[in-house]
Amino acid sequence: MWHRRILLVTILLLAIHRPTADAAQVQEFVLDNGLKVLLLEDHKSPAVTFQVWYRVGGRNEKDGKSGLAHFLEHMMFKGTPTTGPEEYSRIIAKNGGRSNAFTSSDVTVYFATMSREKIGIELELEADRMTNALLGETYFEAEKKVIQEERRLRTEDNPAAALGEVANAVAFMIHPYRRPVVGWMEDIQNLTRQDLVDFYKLYYEPNNAFIVVCGDFSSDDILAKIRAAFGKIPRGAEPPKVLAQELEQRGERRVIVKKEAELPVTLLFYHAPNLKSPDSFALDLLSVVLAGGRSSRLYHELVYQKRLVRNVDADYSGVAIDPMGFSITAQLLPGVEPTNLERELDRLVEKVKSELISDRELQKAKNQIEAAFVFAQDSVFGQAMKVGSYEAAGGWKQMEGYLDGIRKVTRDDIRRVARQYLKTDTRTVGTLIPTKAQ
Amino acid sequence: MKQVCLSLWVFLALVRGPVSAEAGMTAKRTVLNNGMVLLTSEQRALPMVSIELLIEAGSRYEAADQAGLANLTSKLLIYGTKQRTAVQISDTLDFIGASLEAGSGQDTTSVSMTVLKKDLTTGLELLADVLTQSTFPQAEIDRQKQAIIASIRAAEEEPGIVAAKAFAAALFPDSPYGRPVEGSEASVKALQQKSLRDFFARNYRPNRSIIAVVGDVSEQEIAKALNGAFRAWAKGEPSGQALVPANVGESKVLRINKDLTQANIVLGHNGVARGNPDYYALQVMNYVLGGGGFSSRVMDSIRNERGLAYSVYTYFAAEKSHGAFEFIMQTKNETALEAIRIATEEMRRMREQPVAEQELSDAKDYLIGSFPLRFDTNRKVAGFLSQVEYFELGLDYPDRYADLIRKVTREDVQRVAKQYLQPERLITVIVGNLKKIGEK
Repeated sequence: MWHRRILLVTILLLAIHRPTADAAQVQEFVLDNGLKVLLLEDHKSPAVTFQVWYRVGGRNEKDGKSGLAHFLEHMMFKGTPTTGPEEYSRIIAKNGGRSNAFTSSDVTVYFATMSREKIGIELELEADRMTNALLGETYFEAEKKVIQEERRLRTEDNPAAALGEVANAVAFMIHPYRRPVVGWMEDIQNLTRQDLVDFYKLYYEPNNAFIVVCGDFSSDDILAKIRAAFGKIPRGAEPPKVLAQELEQRGERRVIVKKEAELPVTLLFYHAPNLKSPDSFALDLLSVVLAGGRSSRLYHELVYQKRLVRNVDADYSGVAIDPMGFSITAQLLPGVEPTNLERELDRLVEKVKSELISDRELQKAKNQIEAAFVFAQDSVFGQAMKVGSYEAAGGWKQMEGYLDGIRKVTRDDIRRVARQYLKTDTRTVGTLIPTKAQ
Repeated sequence: MKQVCLSLWVFLALVRGPVSAEAGMTAKRTVLNNGMVLLTSEQRALPMVSIELLIEAGSRYEAADQAGLANLTSKLLIYGTKQRTAVQISDTLDFIGASLEAGSGQDTTSVSMTVLKKDLTTGLELLADVLTQSTFPQAEIDRQKQAIIASIRAAEEEPGIVAAKAFAAALFPDSPYGRPVEGSEASVKALQQKSLRDFFARNYRPNRSIIAVVGDVSEQEIAKALNGAFRAWAKGEPSGQALVPANVGESKVLRINKDLTQANIVLGHNGVARGNPDYYALQVMNYVLGGGGFSSRVMDSIRNERGLAYSVYTYFAAEKSHGAFEFIMQTKNETALEAIRIATEEMRRMREQPVAEQELSDAKDYLIGSFPLRFDTNRKVAGFLSQVEYFELGLDYPDRYADLIRKVTREDVQRVAKQYLQPERLITVIVGNLKKIGEK
């Protein structure tokens, strides 16, 4: 399946608090126009991933304009004065490359993976559309329909995603993380081409972007090419900052979504800090203790022993510009009442707050993270994504101390962060109740 | 469950990597003492090892009234052996941060493991244990049956899966290839412990197995370790001849009503087996038609020009004994019939008019140029090698691939389009809100 121009929902981006790249190898350069370049040489295979990250996403949209960043991402493929509509993809493909783009709450990213001989082509095309995108009127209405189909596919007809969207809108009242990245259907309908043009002018500037290159290249060579292609683009005005801060939640919030589905879904979302907090390491480990592997607490108890759910997941979304959260999601087995599951979830969450986990349990979680750290380096693309995600959220140097930070976490830390963040009063509970078509 | 190691990148469906010799993917092939075929590629860059085991133990080897047997057998591998309980197995794996997953297809069952080099011995012991000493305890059978039945229910929520199942059943009636691998709720409930043990004893045999090992280990080391770990695994009966579906379903339209905003559409018909000499010409033709992402004709006409769909693509699925052509898209209920009309027009155009030189060369350039990106990680190399062996492509396949594509001509493309695209004989499956979709 071809996932081009995909929408990466925030939740996905959150799952990447696992740096793969050895931060020591990343080299940073900043061009005169403010464009930052992060290079990570890896000669395992003769391919290069080139990514342009714009520091703009759903987070930067205004009420009534949700989906704007993502719409713009789609329209970025409609050509420049020198490249025809959709020609970008064809050029990359006929040069043996694969290209794609995605939008999250925090960022919009364009990328291609190609051989080292061909990567210069991608670089030129990205420099061109950083400043010359036409966002042609001719293609605007058709692309709007495409995006509405995308929303139907991903959210309207996907019960779990529909629940996540509503729960998110309730968990956040003030911060723009409350809006879906793809946009509400009516908002998408109301967006105009002028909205796109204004947004593009405001945010697509070299000083509001950075480049990540990972793979088989020589740094001197690629840097020279980047300077030649991007260096001539003038620095733009500083885009407006997003200053919104979520107020502290005072009391549990509950949402219910009724939709044609087979199995109920339960979702617990707790507000939690991002990677700027020293607690982020313990929160990462806590998610593994709860749901990392078949021997984890929630999986063992709820999937294996008590047989209440089909699957259960715990995600800590630390790699985000602003604080997001810690969530637990489960799809129930047929016949299980959501209230029964909630009671069990509460019991297990209380347990990790009241009793220390065992030494072996802590060691197991650390081993899992360390092994994952090695496995993740298998993919050059994955490494580039990690560097970019960290850079966007708080600076790539935050990756440097990651494993050390994990190693230092104690059993007391786990209990402390569980107590501090997994509070009933600061959570949102979402339930999907399946209905049947007549 | 959270797979810590993972790779949300899989979601991005993106790949990157080496061409064989150039990137040092040099693979070796050996047959172990017990008849298992071993493929290795030494990759020393990272202290990890990826293993992909392919066993001819898919659902085609189960009786029609035992649908789901192969799948249940594979799921139960990690739930109890003579030496280890299910809990011990999962705890051991998690403690070393390794992954071990098993799942069945129609022809084969695959078992994949990724483990740190320092834990390779532990990993191989576990792997050998589950493949040779599984006991299928009744309590675990009951658990897994419940889980599988739930997943059959959950799949009903996914209109794409509902459509795919209906299509397969219509295309290959009365064949294991038309049956879902997981079986039905009723067939799964009825499966007995004895059947599982018999299926395991008969089909999980080294002479029906291919193992690919890629990573921080030499061929010599791994062959020695495997000969040791699997020394008690005795040969069984061979898998026998490929099974050709007896019947191919007639053209028809299947409508399935669900309260959805989009119609999920599968159009298609019979295809070709992987060994068909026209396979490569079909790959080129399909790239132009609907396999080429944003370079394909259907992406242009259905998505870009008309905004009817977000995702639209075609492919030829080619198995050992058979294959299928499928045209897949989703569009709002109201435009389903229009989208189907355009889809069939595109198939006709492909048959009736020769492709442009530019289209042909773009397709070839992409297929050849991006080939190395298909096996860019150790894990993908392991999967690739096991497939190369299973389909008998030869270890020189990566080196021959460019020539196989290069020699495809415009005439070949039109010939295979005429021969293998049959817009008049489509099986059409539409899952959506039928009232809004309307009648043809």
